[in-house]
Amino acid sequence: MISNPSIPLRHLFWLLAGLALVAAPHMPRLPWWINLIALIVLAWRVYLALAERALPGKWLLTLFVAGGVFGVYLAYRTIFGRDAGVALLVLFLSLKLLELRQPRDAIVLVLLGYVLALTNFFYSQTLPTAGLMLASVLANSATLVNLAAPTRTLRANLKTAGLLLAQAGPVMLILFFLFPRVQGPLWGLPQDAYSGVTGLSDSMSPGLISRLSQSDAIAFRVKFQQDAPARRQLYWRGPVFWQFDGRTWRPGELRPFGEISFESASPPYEYEVTLEPHNHNWLFALELASKVPPNARVTTDYTLISRTPVRNRMRYDMRSYTNFTTGAADDADELKPGLQLPQGFNPRARRLAQEWATSIATDAAIAQRALAYFREQEFVYTLEPPLLGRDSVDEFLFGSKRGFCEHYASSFVFLMRAAGVPARVVTGYQGGDINPVDGYMMVRQSDAHAWAEVWLQGRGWVRFDPTAAASPVRLESGVAAAVPATDPLPLMARTTLIWLREARHNWDALANKWNQLVLGYNPERQREFLTRAGMSEPSWENMALTLFWGVGGLLALLTAWLLRRMRTTDPVQRLWLRFCAKLGRRGSPRAAHEGPADFVARAAERHPGEAARIRAIGERYIALRYGVRADPRMLAELRALVREFSV
Amino acid sequence: MFQKILSRSPLYNAFFGPRLPEPGTIFLVQKRVYILPTRAGLLFAMALAVMLIGSINYNLSLGYLLTFLLASMALVAILHTFRNLVHLHISPGRVDPVFAGEVAWFELFVENRSGYERCSIALWHHGKATQCDVASGRGSTVSIPVAAQMRGWLAPGRITVDTRFPIGLLRAWSYIQPDMRCIVYPRPYDGRLPLPEPSAGSGEKRVAGGGSDDFAGLRPYQASDSPRHINWKAVARGQGLQTKVFSGRAAAELWLAWDQLPADLDLESKLSRLTRWVLSADQDGLRYGLRLPGLELAPDAGEPHRLACLRALALYDL
Repeated sequence: MISNPSIPLRHLFWLLAGLALVAAPHMPRLPWWINLIALIVLAWRVYLALAERALPGKWLLTLFVAGGVFGVYLAYRTIFGRDAGVALLVLFLSLKLLELRQPRDAIVLVLLGYVLALTNFFYSQTLPTAGLMLASVLANSATLVNLAAPTRTLRANLKTAGLLLAQAGPVMLILFFLFPRVQGPLWGLPQDAYSGVTGLSDSMSPGLISRLSQSDAIAFRVKFQQDAPARRQLYWRGPVFWQFDGRTWRPGELRPFGEISFESASPPYEYEVTLEPHNHNWLFALELASKVPPNARVTTDYTLISRTPVRNRMRYDMRSYTNFTTGAADDADELKPGLQLPQGFNPRARRLAQEWATSIATDAAIAQRALAYFREQEFVYTLEPPLLGRDSVDEFLFGSKRGFCEHYASSFVFLMRAAGVPARVVTGYQGGDINPVDGYMMVRQSDAHAWAEVWLQGRGWVRFDPTAAASPVRLESGVAAAVPATDPLPLMARTTLIWLREARHNWDALANKWNQLVLGYNPERQREFLTRAGMSEPSWENMALTLFWGVGGLLALLTAWLLRRMRTTDPVQRLWLRFCAKLGRRGSPRAAHEGPADFVARAAERHPGEAARIRAIGERYIALRYGVRADPRMLAELRALVREFSV
Repeated sequence: MFQKILSRSPLYNAFFGPRLPEPGTIFLVQKRVYILPTRAGLLFAMALAVMLIGSINYNLSLGYLLTFLLASMALVAILHTFRNLVHLHISPGRVDPVFAGEVAWFELFVENRSGYERCSIALWHHGKATQCDVASGRGSTVSIPVAAQMRGWLAPGRITVDTRFPIGLLRAWSYIQPDMRCIVYPRPYDGRLPLPEPSAGSGEKRVAGGGSDDFAGLRPYQASDSPRHINWKAVARGQGLQTKVFSGRAAAELWLAWDQLPADLDLESKLSRLTRWVLSADQDGLRYGLRLPGLELAPDAGEPHRLACLRALALYDL
């Protein structure tokens, strides 16, 4: 009868399972020795529980903790920060298992488990992660119920936990949508907060983009307000590179911020971009953007630069003209960096370019000549180009002739500059697939691309895509169709199975919905959403007030629903109590010691006008409650009598 | 934890402190059920605060979602914890008399007339809990141990009914003081104490060594038995100590009187010795009477008489 402070075996295993569910996704990210410690401790704890052996002493635990913290420091060079923090949390959680004696320890473990579940979202916020963590919360909450009701079955406790979470759901939604959002971070984030995101980088050297192309990850999604432009026009402009050191292209000097000015004959495209975080400042837009998103600026080379690195998924509205003439004035200062070349590299390419420069009259014709060179020679577009030596352009143009877009763009710009034509490299993405399920265009990392821009007198900067000249299929059908079948591409990029493609489209559409509705819900979205929902001024005071009433109302409803079953279940007793309450209000309450017969007699005496009815009710109640065999009709009579009764 | 601090506050005791016992069935109405977070609940709130700050700092939408899910679960659990305790019916049950120094078991009948199961209801008395689960429409009998230290009436005093179900982060509790009491007999003297000689005046005088008395049988030896009645032959045969019982003794009239005890003993010691005499006399199947200052129970035998004597001793001079 007296509560036993130890934890039953089945509850212990349930607890361990719930914690394992939370820790498992962290395993690939943690140092091997932490995983090893966690697994050994887990196995050890299970053994101790099964063998009913005593847990290790305090000094051993202290030793483990000290050693573990030191190890984490050695591995991460800090014990703060995101990754080191997660490692420490996993370590402490495992070691706490060796100290798990009482329900109190188990509760601490469950709470640590909740916090560890949250840390999984640092690395992934996809639907599967969310589902897994929901399962872990259910398991861990069931452990809380197990601890509170140790005698009940696991099944019943799991049901109770599920019921609690299900009832918490609506309240959670109100909190989620109405809790006044603050744009983080509250303070400086640790260095490692945004490591490991994929995307274009701030320099371009051979092999960089082809490596990126093997990633299936989504770079951004686009929702066009009207029909999307043709695939060959889908040039998503990113960072522009001016400076070449013989191997790597860099942005060069910081371009000044300016205004957008160009001419266009055709109408613009209106669309919305949902950009995945890539930890750099640039934003992507179809060439050329005529609008600057809030908190961003545009440089004179048409790169959109956000004021802060894109560390969260962000959305912005865009307007772009695909048919344009920049026609900017001939500014020698601006063009000078477009002619820079490193000395002493690629002599053959220089000679070829100089040959063209002397034999061909116009810059435009030189550029066309270069494209023709790519078209006529036997160039192969491949994700696995051979490694190139010091004179990378020479080796590519005259030797291997196998390369990815960065090789083509780099060589083309080198040739142009060597011929005295200002040119620059533009990186970004080319292409995109419309998901037929939700109409969003998905641009993936595998669509990463590099092309060139050449300054032509009177026309301004004009785009030339040498890759398209060498491999026209790349533009028409994407990278999967363009590269040889043996090249390593993401499995899904090349699949010809229709059902697989469809499944993938459905999944992408679902993930996009998730991103748009849940993950992208930030302070701005919140303001928009609340304004649309009819809140005239979504200040935090208004939100807090609505939140209060919303949660309060919901809980009141839930209370009413729960209290519904709190009433006495016996209908006879309920009717009798109602009758007593009616009499009580008229000044003759039933005393605690009074039986029904005495009470009825007293009440009848006190209210002579109603005496007959009072007696009738009393007789039926006594018969129903204490009689040998109750007549169901009598209950109906009693109900009618009590309902009509009034004094 | 709160309660420990609160119970020292005079203001708190003025509201929740000892009251008069309530007669009959106690119904836990809403207003007498209190609810506060447990220590684990406070820890949970701290964990939630950390999670919320983390979510804000790293802009984790799912982090918000998880934090709010857990916070909502705690909010909903307030209702469930409260509901698990409220509207219970608790009625006093039986309680058997005990001797001082023993434990009295107060039976309480916890009845659940509502349409859902009540789990892990604990009844606390002096730091000891007794737990029970009550299914819908059922009742459960709970025995609460109370140490009986002094003779006289023993009331359990205030009992705390509490529950932490379903998640252990919140505790709902209510105070009840059921109207029940238990009679506590004086602690029987446990030293060696022979019965007094039967009085000369009335009834037959017992003749030492037997004589006219008829041998009635044997029973196991007790400390108060006279060595003259030990069946020594059986001892010699190695059958242990046995006492011979004579039917003639049943007719003998024995007065257990206050003034037969040394005058220098205090009240409780005298009552303790008298209690032992009553028990011994009853065990021997004697007819005995009890004489206390201002109180006299005529010689009789049997269970009702024994209880009457013990009751008189328990309540004497209170």
